[in-house]
Amino acid sequence: MKWEVVIGLETHAQLSTASKIFSGASTAFGAEPNTQACAVDLALPGVLPVLNKGAVERAIRFGLAVDANINRRSVFARKNYFYPDLPKGYQISQYELPVVEGGSIKIHVGEMEKTVRLTRAHLEEDAGKSLHEDFQGSTGIDLNRAGTPLLEIVSEPDMRSAAEAVAYAKKLHALVRWIDICDGNMQEGSFRCDANVSVRPEGSDKLGTRCEIKNLNSFRFLEQAINFEVRRQIEIIEDGGKIVQETRLYDPDKGETRSMRSKEDAHDYRYFPDPDLLPLEVTEPLISETKENLPELPDQRQQRYVSELGLSHNEATALTANRDIGDYFESVALSSLKSGESLGNADFKLCANWVINDIAAKMNEEENLPSWAFRVSSDTVGRIILRIREGAINARTGKNLLARFWEEGRRNSEGRGNYIHGGAPDETDEIIREEGLGQVSDAGAIEKIVDEVLAANAQQVADYQAGKEKAFNSLVGQAMKATKGKANPQQVNEILKRKLAQ
Amino acid sequence: MSHATLKQLSDGLAAGKFSSVEVTQNFINKINNLNKSLNCFISVDEARSLTQARTADALRAAGRAQPLTGVPIAQKDIFCAQGWLTTCGSKMLSNFVSPYDAHVIERFNQTGAVNLGKTNMDEFAMGSSNETSFYGPVRNPWDRERVPGGSSGGSAAAVAARMAPAATGTDTGGSIRQPAALTGICGLKPTYGVVSRYGMIAFASSLDQGGPMAHTAEDMALMLNVMAGFDARDSTSLQRAATDYTADLARPLAGLRIGLPREFFAQGVSADVAKAVEAAIAEYKKLGCSVVDVNLPNMGLSVPVYYVLAPAEASSNLSRFDGVRYGYRARDYTNLTDLYQKTRAEGFGAEVKRRILIGTYVLSHGYYDAYYIRAQKLRRLIAQDFTNAFKQCDVMMGPTTPSTAFKLGEKSGDPVQMYLSDIYTIAVNLAGLPGMSIPCGFDGAGLPVGLQIIGDYFSEARMLNVAHRYQQVTDWHMRTPKDIGEGVSA
Repeated sequence: MKWEVVIGLETHAQLSTASKIFSGASTAFGAEPNTQACAVDLALPGVLPVLNKGAVERAIRFGLAVDANINRRSVFARKNYFYPDLPKGYQISQYELPVVEGGSIKIHVGEMEKTVRLTRAHLEEDAGKSLHEDFQGSTGIDLNRAGTPLLEIVSEPDMRSAAEAVAYAKKLHALVRWIDICDGNMQEGSFRCDANVSVRPEGSDKLGTRCEIKNLNSFRFLEQAINFEVRRQIEIIEDGGKIVQETRLYDPDKGETRSMRSKEDAHDYRYFPDPDLLPLEVTEPLISETKENLPELPDQRQQRYVSELGLSHNEATALTANRDIGDYFESVALSSLKSGESLGNADFKLCANWVINDIAAKMNEEENLPSWAFRVSSDTVGRIILRIREGAINARTGKNLLARFWEEGRRNSEGRGNYIHGGAPDETDEIIREEGLGQVSDAGAIEKIVDEVLAANAQQVADYQAGKEKAFNSLVGQAMKATKGKANPQQVNEILKRKLAQ
Repeated sequence: MSHATLKQLSDGLAAGKFSSVEVTQNFINKINNLNKSLNCFISVDEARSLTQARTADALRAAGRAQPLTGVPIAQKDIFCAQGWLTTCGSKMLSNFVSPYDAHVIERFNQTGAVNLGKTNMDEFAMGSSNETSFYGPVRNPWDRERVPGGSSGGSAAAVAARMAPAATGTDTGGSIRQPAALTGICGLKPTYGVVSRYGMIAFASSLDQGGPMAHTAEDMALMLNVMAGFDARDSTSLQRAATDYTADLARPLAGLRIGLPREFFAQGVSADVAKAVEAAIAEYKKLGCSVVDVNLPNMGLSVPVYYVLAPAEASSNLSRFDGVRYGYRARDYTNLTDLYQKTRAEGFGAEVKRRILIGTYVLSHGYYDAYYIRAQKLRRLIAQDFTNAFKQCDVMMGPTTPSTAFKLGEKSGDPVQMYLSDIYTIAVNLAGLPGMSIPCGFDGAGLPVGLQIIGDYFSEARMLNVAHRYQQVTDWHMRTPKDIGEGVSA
């Protein structure tokens, strides 16, 4: 039998507020245990929650970005259960009335585009951490994370493969960073997914029994866990068994999921509206203000790059991987304009090429480099491209300059808390001038060099004339080498072809 | 001095007749004499109180005194006070010294009032007789075989016995008004949201409200001036222009329309109580008020509605008492569940456990709609009844309680009988309205009777005025129980 996989994702995105969702304590990661937990986080007798407006604004920003409904009135509820890292004995979350409902995310898998519908996104507080390994024979509790604001984003069961689930998670991850509501740091747990997985015979419209895999904090684990779970479920059903609805954990070391608790052990959370918090009223001015402040969204930008700047779909996708790379690209294009030239005349293809193949590639070579920490400024890159466009230097010289500046930027920033650019626009011109890197476009001079190359390489000339195309490239290389790479390569090509044809 | 009102103490301090240290010492002596027999206080800290008194005297000497600077006030042990044992009447918090001040405590400290000690109360404010306290029952100064009411029974009895000139209380279903009535003093539960709940240990968050307990309406006005006001730390605190609750006290009552809810005078109310309340209403007519009958058709549902909603909230509010971070922890346990179970089994008393069980039940899957949701709907109907009735009258009056103080042990075996002693007060909390009790006479056995005054939202100033004018022509509020020792008048 052929099986269809059905996946829905619940994603917890930690909102990037400086303080917690219901208290004034800091949300900064990595502090000494329990140093960022105030009376409210500790749930001392008599303390009360007060909602952080910043968390609400971020939730609204998300809702607008995915074209969802912003509920004008939503309600915080208490989810009651006992656990030592849950100080109040209940988690404040939104249950029946979430702040965001509906919306969708577009994903691409291979050539296929697909829309994943969102059910809802609601605000809630995170729990603290239980440290089972740090103390022998007992468990430590760190409440620094208790009360950290989370946006739980719930998708419809619209995904049909692990690849789709990963594409969705990546798209969502890029989006929350793009609109600046979450730092997306998966190692620190700022973005984590629970996957609801079930299988059903292909063609069936009835959902199979699902299992929920908790706390997947990398895209790789998400993919592996889903694939394992799908195989496990299919095997059970094909062996005549039944799937038991349960919560499972993924063990990355063993590459398998295992049961955490079954539906029978599920808590009765006894949700009810939190009487300490008034219903959350979202006003029209807040919505319109948030809308105005919303940046151009990735899908919009991608479309603009294709339709207005003439880039390919792949180029546009690469330049919208995050907001920084696209902003950088646009700034490079602006800096590459000749004087008096308008932005419409920029060589967007050339700039895109540089940013994707050189800048983005270099960014990827360095681990843990923030997406905004370009080693060379966009002004400098724009200046290099400008000089190429003017014919002052050739592309190879330009790339050499970039590599040199990049390395300089890396060295400048080494061991420091900040990032210092390598090179500068004017420095570009100085180096070109002082080191004589200017492109040789003097036809007479090039002809002379070509004559010398031809005379010294009779064998290659013969090979070329015998039909070996490769020999031509070798001759071009010899000529470029003779000019220390400064010759205009187009001219070299033309002159060489002309002479060989004689 | 100890029979003086808050106002008289305030005036005496201002006139330099005595110092705060003298006043405070006087009341501490009274406490030392009487607390053994009445059990009004859980914590007294003489040194700490006298330090505050000295600071107050210094403030006064520096010309920076406010009306309540240097005046000692007893605080219900439900309010967290920094450095004070704050038990909420429970074994669960019998070792909890609060690291922070409740809003109300902060306000009294800022004005230079002296914290005279923490008063006894029903455990977590769950009770109507003060018999559920881990620290033992409080006795009614009018008859020590009788209860003072609850849950603010320690505060009420302390004021009645002149161990404190005034005290704070909290009222979730009548916990200020009922003990005030049973001990012959005044108590006011303000409109929900007027006094911040920050630092007031939660029983039922949507119903809890702190308020003053004192001898006169004027004293309560002075206290409410300190206690009321917006607090950003309580999301249910209301942002309103500051009111001087003493400003309108003397306003004449001519033309005031008093609504008499028929349901308050139906079956259940004792003859003596009805008689005293009717006499009070006759007195109001003499003051130029008119009387009109009003209806609160859903009031009969208020006790069952309350005993769904209050336990539901309480079951969740009390989850934090788990023995993990502070408070009582069972001595021996084998694992986490055992720690929770033993700690909570040993740390909570029977009434608290009963309400946690009821609350857990009504919130559980499959019962939530039938109990919690229905009770919420009825709550709105009850509130609507009051809104309708207030179209016909300015204030409502009736008995605070169906009977006068009952005997210790008389109702403690029958929770339903105990719950019914709040039958006239609970609806006011469900509606979020302000309610007050003032003394209006005595029954045949010499036990005080309380007159309940219910106002529309935010009409505390008017209610205090209504009570004050009555107290200008009567002296029920100045009667003292026997056997409380000599007092010096200011």
